[in-house]
Amino acid sequence: MKRADVLIAGVGGQGIILASEIMALAAMKEGLDVKKAEVHGMSQRGGSVVSTLRYAEKIHSPLIKSGTADILLGFEKLEAYRMAPAVRPDGVIIVNDQEIYPITVASGKAKYPEDLYEKLSATGRKIIKIDAYKIAQELGELRAVNVVILGALASQLDLAKESWIEAIKERVPAKAMEVNLQAFERGWQVGKSGVQKK
Amino acid sequence: MPKVLLSGNEAVARGAYEAGVRVACAYPGTPSTEILETIAKEYPDIYCEWSVNEKVALEVAMGASFGGVRALSAMKHVGLNVAADPFFSLAYIGAATGGIVVVSADDPSMHSSQNEQDNRHYGRHAKVPVLEPADSQEAKDFTVWAIKLSEQFDTPVLLRLTTRISHSKSVVELSEPTPPKTPTYEKNITRRMILPAFARKLHIKVEERLKKLAKWGEDCPVNVVEMRDKKIGIITCGVTYQHVREVAPEVSVLKLGMVYPIPPQLVKKFADSVKELHVVEELDPFIEMELNRLGIFPRKGKDVVPILYELNPERVESALKGQPDPAEPPTPADIPTRPAVLCPGCPHTGVFYNLHKMKATVTGDIGCYTLGALPPLSAMDTCVCMGASVGNALGLEKAMGNEFNKNLFAVIGESTFIHSGITGLINSIYNLGHTNLVILDNRTTAMTGHQPNPATGRTIRGEPTHQLDLEALARVCGAKYVAVVDPYNLDATRKALEKAQATDGVAVVISRRPCVLLVRQEWKPALSVDVDTCNGCRLCLQVGCPAISMQDKKAVIDRVLCTGCGVCAQVCPEEAILEKAVV
Repeated sequence: MKRADVLIAGVGGQGIILASEIMALAAMKEGLDVKKAEVHGMSQRGGSVVSTLRYAEKIHSPLIKSGTADILLGFEKLEAYRMAPAVRPDGVIIVNDQEIYPITVASGKAKYPEDLYEKLSATGRKIIKIDAYKIAQELGELRAVNVVILGALASQLDLAKESWIEAIKERVPAKAMEVNLQAFERGWQVGKSGVQKK
Repeated sequence: MPKVLLSGNEAVARGAYEAGVRVACAYPGTPSTEILETIAKEYPDIYCEWSVNEKVALEVAMGASFGGVRALSAMKHVGLNVAADPFFSLAYIGAATGGIVVVSADDPSMHSSQNEQDNRHYGRHAKVPVLEPADSQEAKDFTVWAIKLSEQFDTPVLLRLTTRISHSKSVVELSEPTPPKTPTYEKNITRRMILPAFARKLHIKVEERLKKLAKWGEDCPVNVVEMRDKKIGIITCGVTYQHVREVAPEVSVLKLGMVYPIPPQLVKKFADSVKELHVVEELDPFIEMELNRLGIFPRKGKDVVPILYELNPERVESALKGQPDPAEPPTPADIPTRPAVLCPGCPHTGVFYNLHKMKATVTGDIGCYTLGALPPLSAMDTCVCMGASVGNALGLEKAMGNEFNKNLFAVIGESTFIHSGITGLINSIYNLGHTNLVILDNRTTAMTGHQPNPATGRTIRGEPTHQLDLEALARVCGAKYVAVVDPYNLDATRKALEKAQATDGVAVVISRRPCVLLVRQEWKPALSVDVDTCNGCRLCLQVGCPAISMQDKKAVIDRVLCTGCGVCAQVCPEEAILEKAVV
């Protein structure tokens, strides 16, 4: 039976809500029950944000028990590491290779950790690294960053690829479709192979 | 009918449509805002408005009901405090002519609020039924039920949501809308003039109504008994029901969809049919106290279920197992926190930078600008409730005297000022105060997601309307000094603030510039730092802009984040911050 508990972590303003929206649509296309939770308001002004998405035959709570999430999608490195303990010990963490300095770092009060990949690997979870910005840049459409990341996520879930593509088609404007489908495919390849070609 | 994925708020909007609601009013407030936004976008048959505050919103909804039309009024939990006055009167007046649903979106854990008050208490306090949905499907269905009950029992109905209902999405099966009522108006002073003689009679009706509602609750579609293993029975409501099902799938459950009034026979029967009764509810022991009143004393209740913050599956599981409460999920300790910040290019920054430099005492208010309290700006001392900054400043002046008042400022956003700061301004002037009031006019209600307000000259549906002239308003109220400044100009802003200080009487400085997120097309190219000129003095960091950081003892401006506002360049004593990229 298809199921997954997915966490998405990032920084307010990064657009993580759209990503979970497309994922929810993809799961619904397979007739699954879906719940997603997010928080709006003050934290969206550049603070840490977390969104959950769960699908299965039947879902009760919109929230995921800490330490049991199957997959964490980190839109930003530090936020991925912050939420790492919420993932089950043999779970997967997909990390977008982006650093956004919190104000505590920018103002010199704290240091942005340099060894986040080592720290993430040390948690024992499977780590998939993706430079979505670079891929989007190569495709000539920076706004496709989120769909690249989504492709990597999709490669780790049990939903059919066609469901994802249909969901993207519903949510992305027609004129940007081709490049977004390419973006999804590139992300999918990175997720499947575990490496991003230089 | 089709199945769609809706947030609780979107589902309430759909429910209003299906119930034949034709008037919907609200003031924006997280987590309630999207109810009206969805109605404005999706259901053109419903008249909707951003009212100037929640009290007015509810009064408009009542007026619609007087005219025989079904109405909805939505607000965040603290908004109901503002609307409490009409709400209690409405409880006596009733709503048989046109159903009224009052939506209160509570915020356990205070994700975006100043407190976590439990608005189920308003039901008991005002003697009004309270419905509480457990997912989006119920959010829609209970909105329809609220309108039905409102007309059937001649009462407003409080629909209580929480953040995890409002902002969670789940699958909803839609239904066909019922036709709206035909508007009619009949004068009826014994119902709608709550003069003492009439109100005494109405109170009798209110007490009888509660009994009838409790009786309806004994066997109704919204209170659901799920008998499983009879060893443990749990009474619960709202999203907490979902957490209970998640961690204790084997137990029997009584899910109260109507949490007030509680049907005595139903709960007694459930209590008797299980070996051990528990109550699992978020925040206050509301159901538990009602059970106690009926002589039912659950084995486990608030003695094990935490009273603070929102519940989640692990907290419910720990409570039921008698384990310590995992209040905060574990996160690594060795990394920097990421607090919310004013955006790069935020116009509020220029005001707060100056107030910080002036070492001013600042009474603050509710909005994005409350973030001006955080370092490095650290330019706010208080934040109480909508509009409080103005009255707080006058009280502080009266307590501390004129000398202290010279460097005391009240800071309020334009939407909050219109919501409930205007009365404070009139009060200061009337009572011979010398309040230095700064209105941060960014031409939008920003924090809740950029809603229009009377100062924008646009309605919720974007229609042009009269644009409130804040400076004329300040003058006509009797302010002795009124100035409009561009907060991107630090010197001009400083001068206006100093003139306010020197004014004998109330002074109003309006800091006017649209929210930077609304005018992306006007963003200028990113500024850059001339590394040869920068001496690493770190003064630019005091602006608190997230786009500036230090690398190798020199300031660096993030090219993606910078909006080119130029405030940091005005601060740099070495003139090392340049408008053109350094080649």
